[in-house]
Amino acid sequence: MKEISELLFPENTLYAEDHEWAKIEDGVATVGINDYAQDQLGDIVYVELPQVGDSFERGDEFGTVESVKAVSELYMPLSGEIIAVNENLEDSPELINQSPYEEGWIIKIRPDDDNEAEELMEKEAYLSFLKGDD
Amino acid sequence: MRYLPHTDDDISTMLRVTGADSINDFFAVVPEELRRPSGMALPDALTEWELNDLMAALSNADTGATDFLSFVGAGSYDHHIPETVPFLAGRSEFATSYTPYQPELSQGTLQAMYEYQTLLARLTGMEIANASMYDGASALAEAILMALRITKKNTVALSTAVHPFYRQVVRTYVEPTGCSVLELPVLESGRTDLLTLASSADSAVAALQSPNFFGCMEDLPTAARIMHDQGGLLAASFTEPVAFGLYRPPGDDGADVACGEGQSLGIPRSFGGPGVGIFCTRSRYVRSMPGRLVGKTRDQSGKRGFVLTLATREQHIRRERATSNICTNSSLCALSSAVYLASLGGSGLRRLARLNYDKTEYLKRNLSEAGWTMPFTSPTFNEFVARIPGDAEEAHRGLREKGILAGVPLGRWYPDLRDCLLLCVTETATREDMDRLVSEVRS
Amino acid sequence: MSERVGTQGLLFNEPLLWERGSRGRSGMSLPRADVEPAPVDEDLVGNGPDIPDLSEPEVVRHYTRLSQWNFGIDSNMYPLGSCTMKYNPKTNEKQAARPGFAGAHPLLPSELSQGALQLMAELEQYLAEITGLDAATLQPAAGAQGELTGMLIMHAWFKHHDDRRSKIIVPDTAHGTNPASAALCGYRAVPAASGPDGILETAVIDRLMDDETAGIMITNPNTLGFFEENIKAIAQIVHRHDGLVYCDGANMNALMGIVDLAAAGVDILHLNLHKTFSTPHGGGGPGSGPVLVRKKLEPFLPVPRVVPDGKGWRLSDDFPLSIGKIHAFQGNFGVMVKAYSYIRSMGADLKRASQLAVLNANYLKERLKGVLHLPYDRPCMHECVFTDALQQPYGITTLDMAKRLMDYGFHPPTVYFPLVVKDALMMEPTETESRDDIDRFVEALEAVAKEAVESPELLREAPHVCKTERLDETEAARNPRLTG
Repeated sequence: MKEISELLFPENTLYAEDHEWAKIEDGVATVGINDYAQDQLGDIVYVELPQVGDSFERGDEFGTVESVKAVSELYMPLSGEIIAVNENLEDSPELINQSPYEEGWIIKIRPDDDNEAEELMEKEAYLSFLKGDD
Repeated sequence: MRYLPHTDDDISTMLRVTGADSINDFFAVVPEELRRPSGMALPDALTEWELNDLMAALSNADTGATDFLSFVGAGSYDHHIPETVPFLAGRSEFATSYTPYQPELSQGTLQAMYEYQTLLARLTGMEIANASMYDGASALAEAILMALRITKKNTVALSTAVHPFYRQVVRTYVEPTGCSVLELPVLESGRTDLLTLASSADSAVAALQSPNFFGCMEDLPTAARIMHDQGGLLAASFTEPVAFGLYRPPGDDGADVACGEGQSLGIPRSFGGPGVGIFCTRSRYVRSMPGRLVGKTRDQSGKRGFVLTLATREQHIRRERATSNICTNSSLCALSSAVYLASLGGSGLRRLARLNYDKTEYLKRNLSEAGWTMPFTSPTFNEFVARIPGDAEEAHRGLREKGILAGVPLGRWYPDLRDCLLLCVTETATREDMDRLVSEVRS
Repeated sequence: MSERVGTQGLLFNEPLLWERGSRGRSGMSLPRADVEPAPVDEDLVGNGPDIPDLSEPEVVRHYTRLSQWNFGIDSNMYPLGSCTMKYNPKTNEKQAARPGFAGAHPLLPSELSQGALQLMAELEQYLAEITGLDAATLQPAAGAQGELTGMLIMHAWFKHHDDRRSKIIVPDTAHGTNPASAALCGYRAVPAASGPDGILETAVIDRLMDDETAGIMITNPNTLGFFEENIKAIAQIVHRHDGLVYCDGANMNALMGIVDLAAAGVDILHLNLHKTFSTPHGGGGPGSGPVLVRKKLEPFLPVPRVVPDGKGWRLSDDFPLSIGKIHAFQGNFGVMVKAYSYIRSMGADLKRASQLAVLNANYLKERLKGVLHLPYDRPCMHECVFTDALQQPYGITTLDMAKRLMDYGFHPPTVYFPLVVKDALMMEPTETESRDDIDRFVEALEAVAKEAVESPELLREAPHVCKTERLDETEAARNPRLTG
């Protein structure tokens, strides 16, 4: 596993305590798990995705990611409706390991409440959270 | 005691290393009030030879196993077992190993289980199989729990032609889920009433057994159609897989799960266990299925090898959200059934199944001529129901006096059939054996 | 150091079953057709399964070669923690194979099965005597099914008393199956953390236990190999809230003849005949997981039960409060015969077996202290837990050491369990290993630890002498290939 300093956390991206990331553009939030989470899990072998059209509250479980010997629940960083899922993950779950913020995105949601985003962390806040967490 | 290697010398040396004065020191942590004040009241230890005498006496007291001509099946069958099966499955490399957690030291078990999964998937006409369950009853119960999870519905349709004991096990397993169980009646043909199933709508699963408890083949294609129209699954149970050497297997008839007992495949009856629970399903349900799975992969040098896989479904990882709590299953019995199927081969299985069928038809025909009637009209495999003029229990007792076990009386489970016996014929019954039963019936 | 036990020998490559054989061969003699062929309903007839045809010698070679790729307790020490891999006596196999046992049909009138019924009745009595509890069922087919049975009994007990409970306490040192078994009965597992000594503290349970909680599932000795010293006080707390104490008795091998579990407050207990009572594990079963209960819970045990009947025994379903059946018939009788044989062969020496199992574990722990990191340095029961902390600075993990041990001819310990210890190696030597064998195992681990410093790549690439090198488990899970 990598040191925190070796991990990538892009700017203009919001981070949740459960290690999901969300990037909001034009009223649509793209969500995945961050570099720390994918590194902790190791080789991801399966992703359980929600259905497009499902709605969840912030903090609800919307799916799971599995490595060979672990299962992690995925939690909604923002309340909203699922408007897209990354179907490429069905055949290539390793995209999350290879490219957690680009090709390895998991869902797109239409957030219910614009104010919720303020509860997520910017990069710097997340990094200090992570150092405390570790 | 010959299993305990320690000499007094060993013990004192070892105590010295640990710094303890006596073995009792290690138990100092056990509070006084939890200790046994005196020894265990167990019989004195026996020598190997005394044990032989004792066990011979006990086993000889099971006169039903050895002293009768038997036509008893009902979920536990007498088939010939080639000597190769106990010989090979008894090899201590197989028998004295644990669950194959370390694949590099367990390739024998793992390849054998991969082959078992393949053979059973082929036998039942399904896409995948797990590495075994405890028995046929728990395999059906687990299939029903799986269907409840997948469909998120809350009703189970259970045919009354499913083995009565299997139905009891299903009820035990589903009781805490709070789901409702709809029992499907049996028609005069001996098949399950599928009209009741069609009109009930919205069941998670229909559980049928084919051949069913009465030996009759069910109409699985129709049952599958009804269930799929409702968005539910069809679980096809069985207690006699040899039938699939002759009849179409459940997978070809649209079943979503084929689950049953594999004792027929080279495993002795042993008073009802151990046997092997067979669990086969469609690939799309792989992540919802219970039990261990062996998968094919490669080692670092690219060589073929096998590992336990998809463990994230299981209790030790997913804990309370696991697909089942099963870990130890019935691996060595699964191995026995694989050795048996390998010995028999596809061609042998067809011949064996046909032999079972022909002999059963022979007995049916001759018993009919002797005055017994066959209440059910559907085709059967190696079991059938016969109606006795008079009391079935009494007829059964009478034949027992003559050294014949004429199946099982059905009144205990089906009051309407209290004048009926369930009889079974396998390849072990000779024509002379059957003629003897028939001539006793005539007299 | 003595000569290394592990070596290389001639192993055979062997194809898959269906890569062998030729249509028309046969490996089984079939009885002759002595009746006329009967007409068959053609609508139901299938094509017959695609199973290869092999001769008997081919079948024998195939499975003999496969067996040679396996490691069993008959090969060498198998110190798999929590699994009690003790020697499996050969006479037990002979006893179970006797025609009167192996050939017994489960549905005959009881007069014809008196031997089997007597054996079951006596085995129930012996297990009750060994544990201190009052009544037993032999029906569960394995430990996890025993747990489920125990939970169903709990569930039925509370239902009978019109008392709905939703939770159950499961310590972090319990077996992994426990939460899954509880969940099958609708109980939510409430985790309880063990204390700094690796055992449960009374205060923790006092805080967690309430009237909504059915009770506790406690493994004793726990998965760290420690006796739960506070079990009685914990049971008193649980009982104060009218809860029940379930004990996972998979580790009973430490306690026979020494501890009275009824005195400890245990209400329900399961045993693993394929661990404590010497029946072979068979590469993953069949096992047998009897459940023992206190008198007040006896009415809830599964049916049928073996009951006295005049001079003999019979099976009875007449227990209206019973949870029902959990096995098609009476459970894994063939396994019961082996456990019965073992108990009759051992008699009072069962206590000695427990004492020696504990001596062996403590000896192993002392000898390995310093070679491996020992997170809890205190006397243990039947097993002890180490970690890879001393090897991590060299980039060597628990897994690397486990794999390298194979080259030395030993089965590795249980690894990465219990979860409460990070990177654990959990070792259970059992009483049937001699001091010499344990010494050789220690020497092997000393050598591995030395290699971890001097030539770590030997460990990272291990094993070197097995049938395969390390296998790609990621690939297996990403693209499951479960049938050929």
